Amino acid sequence: MLVSINWLKQYIDLDDITPEELAEKITKSGIEVDSARPIVDQIKKVVVGYVKSCEKHPNADKLNLCQVDVGDEELQIICGAPNVQAGQKVAVAKPGARLPGGMKIKKTKLRGVESQGMICSLQELGIDDKFVQKEFVDGIFVFPDDVEVGEDAIKLLNLNDTILELELTPNRSDCLSMIGVAYEVAAILGKDLKLPEVLIDSMNEDAADYVQVKVENPELNPYYGAFIIKNIQVGPSPLWMQNRLIAAGIRPINNVVDITNYVLLEYGQPLHAFDYDRFGSKEVVIRTAKKDEKIQTLDDEERTLKEDHLVITNGKEPVAIAGVMGGADSEVSQETTTVLLEAAYFDPQTVRKGSKDHQLRSEASIRFEKGVDPKRVKEAGLRACQLLEQYAGGKVLSGVVEFNELEVIENVVEFSSDQINQVLGTNISKGEMEEIIARLRFDYEHKGEGFKVIVPTRRGDVSIVEDMVEEIARIYGYDRLPYTLPEGTGHAGRLTEQQQLKRNIHRYLQGSGLNESWTYSLTTRKRSGLLVSPEVKALNPVPVKLAMPMSEAHSHLRLSLLPELLASLQYNIARKQADLALYELGSVYINRKKGLISLPEEQLRIAGALTGLWMNHPWQKETKAVDFYVVKGILEGLFDYIHLNGVQFEADEVEGMHPGRCAVLKVNGETFGFLGQLHPSLQNEYDLKDTYVFDINLEKILEHMDKVEQFVPIPRYPSVSQDLAFVVSEQVSSSDILEVIKDAGGSYLQKVDVFDVYQGEHMEKGKKSIAYRLLFQNPEATLTDEEVDQARENIITSVKEKFHAELRG
Amino acid sequence: MKERLEELRNEALEKVKKAENVKELQDVRVSYLGKKGPITEVLRGMGKLPAEERPIIGQLANEVRESIAKSIEEKQTQLEKEALEKQLREETIDVTLPGRPNTVGGPHLLTKLIQEIEDLFIGMGFEVAEGPEVESDYYNFEALNLPKGHPARDMQDSFYITEEILMRTHTSPVQARTMEKHEGKGPVKIICPGKVYRRDTDDATHSHQFTQIEGLYVDKNVRMSDLKGVLNTFAKKMFGEDREIRLRPSFFPFTEPSVEMDISCKMCHGEGCSVCKGTGWIEILGAGMVHPNVLRMAGFDPDEYNGFAFGMGPERIAMLKYGVDDIRHFYINDVRFLKQFHHA
Repeated sequence: MLVSINWLKQYIDLDDITPEELAEKITKSGIEVDSARPIVDQIKKVVVGYVKSCEKHPNADKLNLCQVDVGDEELQIICGAPNVQAGQKVAVAKPGARLPGGMKIKKTKLRGVESQGMICSLQELGIDDKFVQKEFVDGIFVFPDDVEVGEDAIKLLNLNDTILELELTPNRSDCLSMIGVAYEVAAILGKDLKLPEVLIDSMNEDAADYVQVKVENPELNPYYGAFIIKNIQVGPSPLWMQNRLIAAGIRPINNVVDITNYVLLEYGQPLHAFDYDRFGSKEVVIRTAKKDEKIQTLDDEERTLKEDHLVITNGKEPVAIAGVMGGADSEVSQETTTVLLEAAYFDPQTVRKGSKDHQLRSEASIRFEKGVDPKRVKEAGLRACQLLEQYAGGKVLSGVVEFNELEVIENVVEFSSDQINQVLGTNISKGEMEEIIARLRFDYEHKGEGFKVIVPTRRGDVSIVEDMVEEIARIYGYDRLPYTLPEGTGHAGRLTEQQQLKRNIHRYLQGSGLNESWTYSLTTRKRSGLLVSPEVKALNPVPVKLAMPMSEAHSHLRLSLLPELLASLQYNIARKQADLALYELGSVYINRKKGLISLPEEQLRIAGALTGLWMNHPWQKETKAVDFYVVKGILEGLFDYIHLNGVQFEADEVEGMHPGRCAVLKVNGETFGFLGQLHPSLQNEYDLKDTYVFDINLEKILEHMDKVEQFVPIPRYPSVSQDLAFVVSEQVSSSDILEVIKDAGGSYLQKVDVFDVYQGEHMEKGKKSIAYRLLFQNPEATLTDEEVDQARENIITSVKEKFHAELRG
Repeated sequence: MKERLEELRNEALEKVKKAENVKELQDVRVSYLGKKGPITEVLRGMGKLPAEERPIIGQLANEVRESIAKSIEEKQTQLEKEALEKQLREETIDVTLPGRPNTVGGPHLLTKLIQEIEDLFIGMGFEVAEGPEVESDYYNFEALNLPKGHPARDMQDSFYITEEILMRTHTSPVQARTMEKHEGKGPVKIICPGKVYRRDTDDATHSHQFTQIEGLYVDKNVRMSDLKGVLNTFAKKMFGEDREIRLRPSFFPFTEPSVEMDISCKMCHGEGCSVCKGTGWIEILGAGMVHPNVLRMAGFDPDEYNGFAFGMGPERIAMLKYGVDDIRHFYINDVRFLKQFHHA
């Protein structure tokens, strides 16, 4: 809502406050003022001049040489506007004048002839093209005859105005009108309010003889008032009205249209003027549209209507879409002499539907959608009649022909002053509260220790005690509220086990060199099904698509964090970042039923993607590319850090992964993720070189984590270590051998580590050697050689037997 | 014999002096102090001396032996020291060469901020509550006093999946869900961080996915001044002790009264600058007293309980606090962005 300060001054005395101070006060009291700016940039020395003569420039076809009387002197001005004529009163920028955009006017010579100033168009005076009346768009502006020569044109054209731009929250549609704003400002400043007085000289003739009103759907149109105004002379509206419309962002058209727009801005009540003679009948019938019914609207578009659109008809065909836009056939024109003026209350949702379906959001529909003040509908109609009488030569017929089933509800709110103070934490006296209520111009009675407030209909947003708390608080001032802390019972906050686990995982992975990343949860159809962990895939998830995605790129819910994480690798690599280690902790969304009947299961997962060098220390010849074992090592370290024991890495194939370099993770027999190298063809799709990924289910970790931590005594007796190397078929996996070693090693075998793997020269083809370091320890005594030898022999025998292994010399 | 000993002493000391390394020094020791050395020989020949001279020569011989030994020892220490110094000199490295990189990663800026905010409120007795990102229309809107047909819940603005299920547009449904779990008994004191989704086209200031942190405190006799006090504490800890806050009335369907909180501008300290668009204040969060309809729908009796709620956007806070100029940075994961916020 654009608020002209000059206009506002008609209702309220603002002489002792600057627009900036006012803006600040309005903002602090509840309505955000986005900006307070002069209507045009700095401008000075522009006056009304009378064009005494206008002749062709002796040396230029398109220029005119004008003698202009500006009151105190006569100026010779060269003007190129096509519409300049002798006898006009025009806006003259005198030498020394300043125009918006920084232009300074000086005496100058044009084609050898002196020009002592400039005759201005409205655009040159800073008015936007779109607000300039059509007749003046391509030339200079011409004043009506009644202005005085030499008068200050800046004042006459309201170019000294300041405009406040209000950012209205949905509840404050009362401020979609100048009167509403005036009420608000009067309450904030505690000032008097002067509202327009509506007085009409009605004719003897009855409007009812001219028109009947019939409403078929009272719930959609509880009030419809028709006024008839005869004797209309269409012409320009008064300059002050044009100025105010321009200030509010509306282009002046003619007096009839301008008056309906003016009342819309003043009262917040949209009106519509039909040309009575072109209306097509003597009855106004308001009904819902018929399917595929057509109407030609004011903007010359043919529009097809739907059955839930409300239309104004002449009993035969639609002449307007209710609250949205009028029809072209009954539009007011230069020839109009009798006006049928509509003032109505239309159902907000119906107007919203209509304006949305036709993509017509107008000043009118915006106000109807929010619900207009039921008490002001008829009053606004009368106000327009008054103005038509004053400024369009109209004669108003007596009576308004109306349909009226509009319920006018005044909300009543009762409260005690203690109640308000309790909620606010304040100590506002009853007297001060009373003053605030009075400033808001709400009716009230004293009741016990408090008030019974009758809220005016213009403030439909105030209906419960909490609303009154707000009204009182905002006028009282939130800056006057004390700072306190809750007095409730002491309450210790802490993270849950899962929240703590998440932080620990973050800490570990970051400490290990991975960078936390955030990707979008919404992805493409294709990516939503890519690299899904086997235990998720086993649930047969059904893809979930948004009903109305903004783009294919973000149309489906993800089932894996990896596809978008890989896109992040791709993004970085395209920017010459080669060594990357990213991870993300986030949800995937598993829907197991066709059609999404209930909410999908949201599962927290941690995924990582690594490529390039893991370690890069070239000058000491220490560089290491990321490989399977780097990633496995990170995960092993993680599981150790968070106390998840007994994780098994089993070779397995996962779609999208390198078939020979992929392991599935299991704990207590349950699959909870995977790791490995991406399949080369997928790497290619993402323009990646060797890339390793992992993806694990955080909830499964939480389920299987060892939560007990207990002290274990530090061993007091020495340990013994033994090395064993076996030659086995290359098909045999290390973990299988390890299992056998652990089984056979007896209770003193504490630890087994692989310290060498060899394959190649000096080794039979198809064989490999794996060397293990065994650590024996007896917590209660020093181990004897016999005990160690015995265990060693058992291990050798078992491994040889199970794997056809040979002990390597 | 006396002369012989003195001579030996001088000879030996001279050789010790000349010795250039431990080996030469060792040779001196062996040749003069060894069992077959000249001093031993002199002592052996002492039998030929008259009895009264023997102790004198004996003493002298010992003196000579000791002085040679001492000098050898001193020289040895000196040589060892020199040798060590030489070795250390040879071991000198270029300390300006780069170290073996010990690369640590780091948190995403949003995680860092969210944890910081979580910790601040945990310190004030709040707990962290979480909830689903794919949400029912009921929890996302209806339970928050946004009935069907309310203008603020346009299909155009939200990612609906079905008529009843959508991507949550705010973290407020977590409040409704948590209150329900409390079955009408307070206090409820939670903050709810999480991802939310709106039907927006991504650009420098809009993102179809972003984060929110909301707080809720429901108890008996909660005052709006408590909200002001808690927010003030938060703002000072988060943005600096010298920052001021102000509350401005606003409107949200789920709170009444509703306010927006501004903090004084860091750049101009309230004077007005381009960061705060000349107002001296920067909008940080929305808040208010929980609307009685919201309490009622979540099973709380609004005559017995009331509360406050607030909500803020970590992206916006990050952009203000760290000067990040484009919201898309948070979701593109350019490592040159990520690594800027690794510092502890």
